[in-house]
Amino acid sequence: MSGEIIKSLIVPPHPHPVLCPEKNEGWQKIRDAYDEARRQIEESDADLIIIYSTLWPSVIGHQIQADPNPEWVMVDADFHDLGSIHYSLKIDTDFAHAWNKANISRGLESRTVAYDGFPVDVGSVVALELLNPNNRIPAVICSTNVYSNRAETTVLAKSCLDVIKAQGKKAVAVSVMSLSNRMFTEPIEPHEDRIHSLKDDEWNQKILEFLSEGRLEDIGQLSRTIHDQIRVKKVVAFKPMWWLSAMNENRNDLTGKVLAYEAIHGAGAAVVVLDPQSNGTGDKEYDEDDVDFYGGDRNVLDSSEDEIESTPLNSGPALYDPVEGKTAVNTDKAPKPVGAYPHARREGELIYLSGVGPRQPGDNSIPGGPIKDKAGNPLNYDIKAQTRAVVDNIARILEEAGSSLDNVIDVTSFLVDMDRDFSGYNEVWAETLGKVGPTRTTLAIRALPTPIAVEMKVIAKV
Amino acid sequence: MAKGSIVAGCLAPHPPHLVYADNPEQNEPVSEGGWEQLRWGYERLRESLKDVDYDVIVVLSPHWQTYVGTHFIGVEKCSSKSVDPVFPNLFRFNYDLTIDVELARAIHDQAKSEGMSVKMMENPDFRVDYGTIVSCHMVRPEWDKPIVSISSNRSLSYYSVEVMQEMMMELGRSTAKAIEESGKKCVLLASNSLSHRHFVTETNPPEDMSKEHITSHAMHLWDMRMIDLMRSGKSQQIINEMPEFCDQAIAESDGGALTWLLSAMGVPSQPATLHGYGTIIGTGNAIMEWPCHTWGEQ
Repeated sequence: MSGEIIKSLIVPPHPHPVLCPEKNEGWQKIRDAYDEARRQIEESDADLIIIYSTLWPSVIGHQIQADPNPEWVMVDADFHDLGSIHYSLKIDTDFAHAWNKANISRGLESRTVAYDGFPVDVGSVVALELLNPNNRIPAVICSTNVYSNRAETTVLAKSCLDVIKAQGKKAVAVSVMSLSNRMFTEPIEPHEDRIHSLKDDEWNQKILEFLSEGRLEDIGQLSRTIHDQIRVKKVVAFKPMWWLSAMNENRNDLTGKVLAYEAIHGAGAAVVVLDPQSNGTGDKEYDEDDVDFYGGDRNVLDSSEDEIESTPLNSGPALYDPVEGKTAVNTDKAPKPVGAYPHARREGELIYLSGVGPRQPGDNSIPGGPIKDKAGNPLNYDIKAQTRAVVDNIARILEEAGSSLDNVIDVTSFLVDMDRDFSGYNEVWAETLGKVGPTRTTLAIRALPTPIAVEMKVIAKV
Repeated sequence: MAKGSIVAGCLAPHPPHLVYADNPEQNEPVSEGGWEQLRWGYERLRESLKDVDYDVIVVLSPHWQTYVGTHFIGVEKCSSKSVDPVFPNLFRFNYDLTIDVELARAIHDQAKSEGMSVKMMENPDFRVDYGTIVSCHMVRPEWDKPIVSISSNRSLSYYSVEVMQEMMMELGRSTAKAIEESGKKCVLLASNSLSHRHFVTETNPPEDMSKEHITSHAMHLWDMRMIDLMRSGKSQQIINEMPEFCDQAIAESDGGALTWLLSAMGVPSQPATLHGYGTIIGTGNAIMEWPCHTWGEQ
């Protein structure tokens, strides 16, 4: 099964193209461009529309709509006099839950929401009303976290791509956003509408020039500058370009077409279509950290982890690429081995894992902190955080092998300080593998190769 | 007709967490209580207002955000369900409230005559924001008083704290004048917290108070400073320090409610009463009351 992004869109969030396109020539052009984008989607083999809306802010990580049929009447906070939009949406709940799970496995705070009367934001309602009337294709909607940075937003896209590939989806990615978002602060007559300022218009033209050349990653890199220059300081900033760029693997050689660019109450409204076919110009460099897992501002409520943050491992044994082999199981989602061995081997119906510690894939950090510094001086560390990280790593390896934690049958655990750590380790065990019920042996040992306090050796069924 | 008056002004924050604890039947059936300091604070505020005669609650909420001027609900009967898009697990509230459209329009007209950009919201499908509902519910859970609901004009986002304050000072004066001419007695609510930096994780259960605290000591210091200024009647000092407060404490007063409230009360030198302080997912929340109805007796 091979899923992919077959089309990406940038569309404006305002209700005017839905409720009163006829009142302004520009609004009608936006509406027509929306209709053209809809036709392109209908002519494709798309089976999923993914909405990242700047008008649904979240605080607790990211939220994903998982109500199979959100229904209500939407009224815009500012433009309530234009009328109401009755919406009844069809959500791909399987995808929503899978994306949520993928977010968590990549270190993000994430949750699904499914509540009667949940106020689907105006941007998502407008986009789905115009791109997907009659709910021909199921959709999924994700919030914008008010505190997220580029790393977190990039990981959000990567976990989405994980699910697209796993489920074989042909997905359309949609960023619902304005370009310049400075609206007139006074009511205006429809015929008076124009881009708020010449400066905003010039920036918008530059953005559209890049997009028409398929240079999505360049826009992502300019995102902070653009936000400073032509954006009202709303909390969600210019993040959707980070998300859309990451959804397209940060490419600069997409095939882009601007279907319309007009003003809506002063803001820059554009409908842009980006197809994955290379425009032939050759890709450019991607010179920001290509983050796979998020290890940032998380768990700040957990007092034991307030003082002990995930610490990059800057010293210790050399790391190896996992050894390949006919029955080897290896994954980028688990930390690199400290020797020449695979993450696991599958023999018949059984999977044998190499010893798994808490180190994080990618940056090699240790959740809960290392047990000693470079000079060998002991450090305070959080055994519960380390144990949780071990279990997460085990889950990732088993998932790669086509199995899961539910199939673990035997575990041998190694602790470097039984007196100090057994209780915390045992507590996390009870919350995780203890619920599965494998046999277990816990041993005290003098040391492990890296400055970690716990490691587990696992045997599982396929 | 006797002159109308502001009988009390309140800083009335709107964390949905408080209603969650109070109304489990309308929400997740797993509440274990929590945030008692603030819930008790609202109890003390309600007790303080118990014998105060008033006709209307006038509330300005930062969760009805408007960019094209300041808006007022102009629909007399508002009935629907309010679901918090940020904490939908905590707040899904069926409301059925009455708007004092006459007073809302009077404030609107007064502000318009002073050159402000204002608009009446007359779409019957409009959903009242959860900030308005939480603050009003915590102050008057009986819902037997009509309210005036005022949007938060995001002029700070467009311009600066200084511009926001100029506009909110004018809106406050217009509010006071319209109330005076209406002959009505009003309680004013500024529906906002103080420092406003959230944690980005949620405990299970959300009301696990062993994990609740202010996000940083700097935020705590700002909250205490603002409370001290309010308790000592230094309203003008609050207005003077608002730019730094908004910037450094990411204060929710950036929405203008506190400045509007202070202006409507005439930037009082009388002290406010602190009824309660507590943190909600890291943000600082104080329940304050300026008992304006007593000032004439001093």
